[in-house]
Order: sequence, then structure tokens, then C-alpha cells
Amino acid sequence: MTKVYESEDGSAASRPDPDRPSRKAVSLRGASSPAALVRATPGPAFDLTFDGRTITALPGQSIAAALWAAGILSWRTTRAGGEPRGAFCGIGACYDCLATVNGRPNQRACLVAARPGDAITTQEGTGHADLAV
Amino acid sequence: MVPKRHSLDAVIVGAGVVGAACAYYAGRSGLRVAVVDRGPVAGGTTGAGEGNLLVSDKEAGPELDLALLSTRLWRDLAHVLPPEIEYEPKGGLVVAPDEAALTALRAFAEEQRKAGVRAREIAPDRLYDLEPHLAPGLAGGFLYPQDAQVQPAQAAAQLLRAARQFGAEVHLDQEVKDVLTGPDGRVRGVRTPQGDLLAPAVVNAAGTWGGEVAALAGTSLPVLPRRGFVLVTEPLPRLVRHKVYAADYIADVASGSAALQSSAVVEGTAAGPVLIGATRERVGFDRALSTEALRRLAAQAAALFPVLTGVRAIRTYHGFRPYLPDHLPAIGPDPRVPGLLHACGHEGAGIGLAPATGLLLASALRGERTALDLRPFRPDRFAGEEHDGEYERGAGR
Amino acid sequence: MPTSPSEPSDLAVVGAGPAGLAAAVAAADLGLSVTVLDAGERPGGQFYRHPAPGLGAARPEALHHDWEAFATRASRLEAHRRAGRVTHLAAHHVWTVVRDAATGEWLLHAVASGPGGEERPAAVRARAVLLATGAYERQLPFPGWTLPGVVGAGGAQAMLKSGLVLPGQRVVVAGSGPLLLAVAASLAAAGATVPAVVEASAYTSYARELPALVRNPGKLGEGALYGGGLLRHRVRLLTRHAVTAAHGTGRVEAVTVSRLDRDWRPVPGSERRVPCDALAVGHGLVPQLELATGLGCATRRTADDTLALELDAAQRTSVPGIWAAGETGGIGGAQLALTEGELAAAAIAYELHGTRRPRGIAALVRRRARLRRFAGAMAAAHRPGDGWTGWLDDATLVCRCEEVPAGRIREAVAELGAYDARSVKLLTRAGMGWCQGRMCGQAVACLAGGAPAEDRRPLSCPVELGHLAQLPPSAS
Repeated sequence: MTKVYESEDGSAASRPDPDRPSRKAVSLRGASSPAALVRATPGPAFDLTFDGRTITALPGQSIAAALWAAGILSWRTTRAGGEPRGAFCGIGACYDCLATVNGRPNQRACLVAARPGDAITTQEGTGHADLAV
Repeated sequence: MVPKRHSLDAVIVGAGVVGAACAYYAGRSGLRVAVVDRGPVAGGTTGAGEGNLLVSDKEAGPELDLALLSTRLWRDLAHVLPPEIEYEPKGGLVVAPDEAALTALRAFAEEQRKAGVRAREIAPDRLYDLEPHLAPGLAGGFLYPQDAQVQPAQAAAQLLRAARQFGAEVHLDQEVKDVLTGPDGRVRGVRTPQGDLLAPAVVNAAGTWGGEVAALAGTSLPVLPRRGFVLVTEPLPRLVRHKVYAADYIADVASGSAALQSSAVVEGTAAGPVLIGATRERVGFDRALSTEALRRLAAQAAALFPVLTGVRAIRTYHGFRPYLPDHLPAIGPDPRVPGLLHACGHEGAGIGLAPATGLLLASALRGERTALDLRPFRPDRFAGEEHDGEYERGAGR
Repeated sequence: MPTSPSEPSDLAVVGAGPAGLAAAVAAADLGLSVTVLDAGERPGGQFYRHPAPGLGAARPEALHHDWEAFATRASRLEAHRRAGRVTHLAAHHVWTVVRDAATGEWLLHAVASGPGGEERPAAVRARAVLLATGAYERQLPFPGWTLPGVVGAGGAQAMLKSGLVLPGQRVVVAGSGPLLLAVAASLAAAGATVPAVVEASAYTSYARELPALVRNPGKLGEGALYGGGLLRHRVRLLTRHAVTAAHGTGRVEAVTVSRLDRDWRPVPGSERRVPCDALAVGHGLVPQLELATGLGCATRRTADDTLALELDAAQRTSVPGIWAAGETGGIGGAQLALTEGELAAAAIAYELHGTRRPRGIAALVRRRARLRRFAGAMAAAHRPGDGWTGWLDDATLVCRCEEVPAGRIREAVAELGAYDARSVKLLTRAGMGWCQGRMCGQAVACLAGGAPAEDRRPLSCPVELGHLAQLPPSAS
């Protein structure tokens, strides 16, 4: 049914190769990363934990940004299907990035700033299982 | 060939839960009906309801009789209709904050018991077995096991779907512009922009807009809107098991006052959110948000369940409950216009009272003896009375 | 009392994006006392979203078009703030605006967020209100769109601009609208590989709108900038294509790209699989109107099937005392928002104080007309084709919050008597969750076969019950 990507003009240059790092990403004006692009000199990184695992964040990053930077894309499971979810809209509108932060559930990770020592935990369902009777 | 005018036995105006129940019971009894609504299914007050099936808030009298009949019918319907209606016979818990309220509640429950209501007094220390999150210090309460809940829009939609299986036609997005009458004054159908629907009977199940339909038929029914707000919380695990409210709710329900009244009924839902409703105020069809209504609902809910204080409300909605001056619905034939029947004016109890209303209406359409005496619900009981000017024809919904 | 409002301002501005920022600065220039309430930590809105100071970005402008327009206004706002002419309430999300019947003033209720996410209530009084609440991204669901790694195109952009992070290293950009090119250019410039930009519309349809395009050389320049960036990064632009499925276990690993016919129906047999570790997807923007519609402001249907506020030449809504500027009046971009914000400020100053119209108004009026025409042309070119619903199998979730699949919505329409977004919501819960239909509302309206639904969100954001309970009592 589906076939592996082929460029219509057949040029090798436009055909992505999943096994080889793309040259263009590194060849451009030194912009090998977002920080390089804006010439960022961030303050000292700090530690926080995600489900007990230590990750580092930069001052000014949201919790979602810190998680993305650590390669983590999901930190919530849905109420009905138990599906993993993370940041989606990135601007606080979709509420898909809800996380439990220092024991408080339903915090929008894309808005709340990461702080040293924060304990982020994957939020399961409503995040309020403790209230069930 | 059968002439078109005989193909329908009745046209039901309104696809809310009452119109749907009328179609269901009429269809089940073999009548051929059409339901017509200017909006979608459950587009009016039904869609803005909470789905309360309550006997606990009703004093002994005709409305309680209607509610008790409905309670039985809903239990039967729960076996027939799909689980999406979320029928839940969870019971109601009425709590008294102090001894005076408890004494009044006892007297109220005693009268209800005589009418067939089951009510069990709960000692203060046992309240927390039933509802662990209740605030401390309550004087006691009563458990009403007959109180139940449905999801209102689904209930209306599934009743209507079942009615279609009995042959009912459903015409949505078609506004009734006129009620047609013959030279003898008898009703002969309704007119919509899409065409005429002819039938020897027309049922006015237009809820809050029932006064307009009555006027189209050349008569009057003083249905007034009473606005109610409901607050909805974020999704939660089940933390409230029953429908829980404070005893003063009963006085609010029975009141005819125009002023904002509120006494929060707090309940969990199958979907997760806790519903907190509802306020009651006579402000015509005013759609503006009342932060005062939200303040009272939130304060009262948090007073009953302190755990809710830190929980977030994610939405609120309001509806316009249709009420008649004596707070009883209009059910049955209108002697002023032969062929016109009414099934509206149920105020905030329409979801609960719908099946009984539908059953009674179906009997009335067939000219059979009704399961309850319809006299207290006579549509012409207000004829000649003066009413205050709140009724606004044509004001949007 | 945490919610006791202080003295009323002349003007409350809701939102500190381009429109709100420009309006607040211009209004203060004209002598009005102004309170700005903004959900963001820093002014700029989504368009001028930028890193927090802690990230030490020396060149934030590398991620922005026309940064100068923002930087000058932000410093003027700060000057007005220091002089006491402007109160800037950052991290304040206004959840409702109501009229105080006793005084005729407007009362804005807000949730103020603290640094750790803790919330407190706040309220502001004002004689006039400018709604500059911006927009959020339109999403059209497809199988797999709830996989982690599938993010909004605007969302990827926002996370990059504020947090200097990427969702992955190989990011397919898909959807429709001019934002996609900007997003792809930013992602590529920041080091991501963008295998393709997948655009559902045909850019050839721009030809029909040529007069509007020619009158907007600045906009063309912006497009060329992005286009040039994309060329440099060897990003392929596939028009009349869409991502019709995302694949992966636990996160996106590849997407299916399909060719579309004129109505956006996928062409059978045209599917190809593109490996990636993230997908940035969006179909243009939707004006955020709930504060306005809650007040009863009239709306109009736009060329790309969203609703926008009906505004007069003075940026007035249909409700006296309520003005609007920027995306709330129809998606038009930052330049238009800046222009409208300044026009609104002049109109409000005239109405409240009789202040003479400042110089340069005529030029602003001409620019607004030109940019509105352009915006209309863009909207028409990117209107979703009716065939997009062909991407959805019945199991695909449409409402992400309440996990409502397309099949349930189709059943509600076919079997249960729903034919608009509200009745679908009542029957299926689509749109009843945390986001209140922002993500699924457009899709649900399409599936219901109806016109776009007017936002009904009497609470613009969640509010703690304890805070509602603390509202000052008022007679009803």
C-alpha cells in the first residue's frame, strides 16, 4: 500500500536518508541547535527529576521544554485509553501536556517554568486517584 | 390510496426529552407520529440539564405522583435503551446542616413516605460511610434510594431512536411556523418551511417555547423561563457517590421568587466531572454569565464537600427551565383547541418527568384512561389569570 | 480580599501579542490609563514569543520576522509602566468579562499563575475593553495524530521560540497555510532536518489572488525570506499533499503522505511513507473569541471557515465599550495586528476623552485595508477542502481530551439527530474536556456537516472552585 519515500525528481540531494545524519543540519551558519541559532549563553543548568530519573534544565525553560530537551515526549496517560501524551499545542490551549509537578496534578507543562529540584511525575488519568472513594 | 392527512396520528412539536418520550410511548402503543423541531435533538433545555431523576425534592402531591411513575418507567427504559443513556440509580442524599433543618426534613420526608417515597434517615456519623468527603459537623440527612440520573441528551436521542423503530418520523432543523386548524376549529397539523405535516392531533412539547406554540394554535399557555446555571469540574475519579444536596434546596425548587436562588446539588458523573447545579432565577432569556450564580454554586458545593475547594471548574452552562405559575407542567388535551395537546412546563424536572408525561400523553392521544389523573395538569387552568410580563415571545434561546 | 478590584482603568487590554501591545502603547501615548492582562509571562504573544532572560539569547531576532517592531514597542510599554501609565499583569488569564450594571464599567476576572503553577484570583475594572486574544491553531485529525511527537506546527514553533528545543531531529512539517513555511524555516535553521513541507493547498491558487499579493510587497518579502531559507536547507515543498497517517509505537516513527484531489480527498495509491521522529502539523489559525462571544459580540464567517468578530472601522465590536484588534477580527498576521491595535487605541481615546486622532491615522487605515484584503486572499487559498474527512477512519480520535473517535461522532449525526457541533458535543462529549473544544471544534463542526460553531466557553480557562467561591458577592 504505502511505499518508502521517493523524491519525484529523483535527486539524491532531496532524498532523506534515515541512517545518515543530514549534512544540511550541520552545514548552516553554525546553527546546529536552537541555542546556537540565537547565540544563547544560558545560566547554569540545574537538576530536576522525571519519574525519579534526573534530567537537567536551563533557567527559563518550561517543564515541557526541559522534558523535550531530555528526549522525553510523553508524560501523561489518558483516562480512558491509557494512551501516552505530551506537549501538543505548545501554547497552553490543548491541555494535553498536563503533568503532576511536585505532587500537584494537572499542571500545563508547556507553561509552568522548570525549577531546581522539581519532581515531575507521569500523570495517570485524572491525576486525582487519591480522592477516589 | 390513503389520503396523506390520515397517515399520521399526531405531530409532536419538540425533540427534547419530553417530545422524545411522547414519541416513544405513542409509537409503542401503535400510533404513527412525527416529531418536528427547529433545532437538533436535545437542542433546548434538555441539552442544558443535569439529568436529575428526583423524587426527593418533591412534596407529596401531583408532581410527586408523576415523579414516582417516571421513576418506575426509567428503570424499565434502562433495560430497553442502550447503556449510553448512563442510567444510574445512585440515590439522593439530602443533608441537614443543623437540628432545625433536620426537623423540617423529617416532617417533609414523612409526608413523602405516605405518598410512596422511600426515605431513610441517616445518623450524622453514618453520613460519612455514604459520602466520605462530606463536610464535618452535619446534623444528619435522608437517603432517597429512588433518586437516579441519566445523561439527558443521550436519553432524548435514544428515546427518539427507539421511537423511530416504532415508525416515528423525525424532522429536525424544521421550524413550526403555524399550527393548522380546520373550519371547525380542530387542529389538522403544522406548517414548516419544508412543508405541512398533517395529523388530527398536535402535541406541544416545545418546553420553554411552549407558549409560542400555544399561541400559534390560537390559545395561550403562560410558560416562563427560569434560568439555571450548572458548574462542571475537571474530570475526577468517583468522589461523590450520590446526588447530594442541602435541605434548603427543596424550598428553592418550590419557590416562585424572581430572585436568584441557589442550593447546590453535587454529583459525580460516569464521564468524570462533578456537576454542581443549579441556580434558579427569573431573568427572561438573558444569556449573560452571572458570576454571582457561579459564586454561590461554588461556595455551596465547597461547603458540602471541602475537597472540591481546590478542584477546578472547566465549564459552565445554563438553560432556561420552562415553568408555569403553579410549578406544575401542562399535560393533556387543551379543551380550548380540539386536537391540541400539551406536554410542557416541567421546569427543572423535565428529564425526570418525561417518561410519565409521554405515557400519559400516549393514553390521552388514544382516548384511553390515563395512569394518573390529568386534572392537576390541565392546560387551561390559567385561563383568565393575569401574569407578570416576563414571558418574552421570540426571545432567542 | 484577593479579588477586590482597584480603581478602574480607562482601558483594559486583554492580550499582549502584537495587537494588544501596539494598542496598549498607543493608548498610553494618548493619555489613557491602561491595564494589560496577558496569559504569557512576557509580552509578545505567540508571534513574538521569545526565550526567558535566563536562557541568555543574544539574538532572539534570529527566530522572528520584524523583531524591531516588537522590541521598540516592548521598551515603550516598559517606559509607560515605569511612569505609572500602564499596569502590566503578566501570567493573568482573563476567564470572563462582565458588565457591572451599577457603574457601567467592565469587570475582568482573571486567574493569575505563580511561578510554580499555583493560582490566585484577580479582577480589574475598566471603562473600555480591547480584546486582543489572538488565535490558536486549527487541527484536522488523522490516524495517529495523538502519538507523542506529533505536535502542532505552531506548537513546535512556540516551544522553539521560548524554550530553544525541538521535538525531534527529523521533523516533517504538514498542514496548510503560510505558517508552515515559517515553521519549517525556523526548525531547519535551528538544526532540525525537515524532510518535507506537506501543504494541502495548491500555491497556484494564489495566482487568483494576485492583486492582493502584489499590493503587499512586504508580505511577499516575508514569503521569499522563508522560501529562501527553505531552499538553503533543501526542504522539499509538496503542495496538494497531506499527512494522512502517523505511525509508531509510543511515539511517531513515520508518516504517510498522500496526494490530494481538489477537494482534499486522498488519491488512492499515492501514499508514501516518510520516516521521521516528529511531525509538526496545523491548518492555519482560529480566532480565540470566547470572551467576545460571551459578551454577545457578533461574529462573521471567514473565507477559510472560521468565525471572526464583526468589527467596524473604529475596531468596535457590536457591543458598545468592547473593541477588538488583530486575529480576533480574522487571521491576518502580526503587521495587521499592530496596525489594528494602534487604530483601536486612537478610536478608544477619542471615544473616552475626545482625544484628537493622532497623525498618520489615514496611512494606518490604508494599510489595514490592504492587509485585510491580503488576509482574505490567503484564507480563501487555504480553506480546508471538504474531502479531508476522508482521512479519518472511525477509530481515529477526534476529541483528544475526551477520547471520542470519529465513528461515535458519525453515529451521533447519522443515528441520533445531531447536526451541529453543539448537539454532537452533548451526545458524544467531543469538546467537553479540558481544552473545551479548541483542538477538535473545527473538525467536529465539519463532521456534523454544519457551519463553524460559535465558541461557547463561559470560562475561558479553568478556575478553582475555591476562587469562584471567593468572588465578591453581588446582588443579582
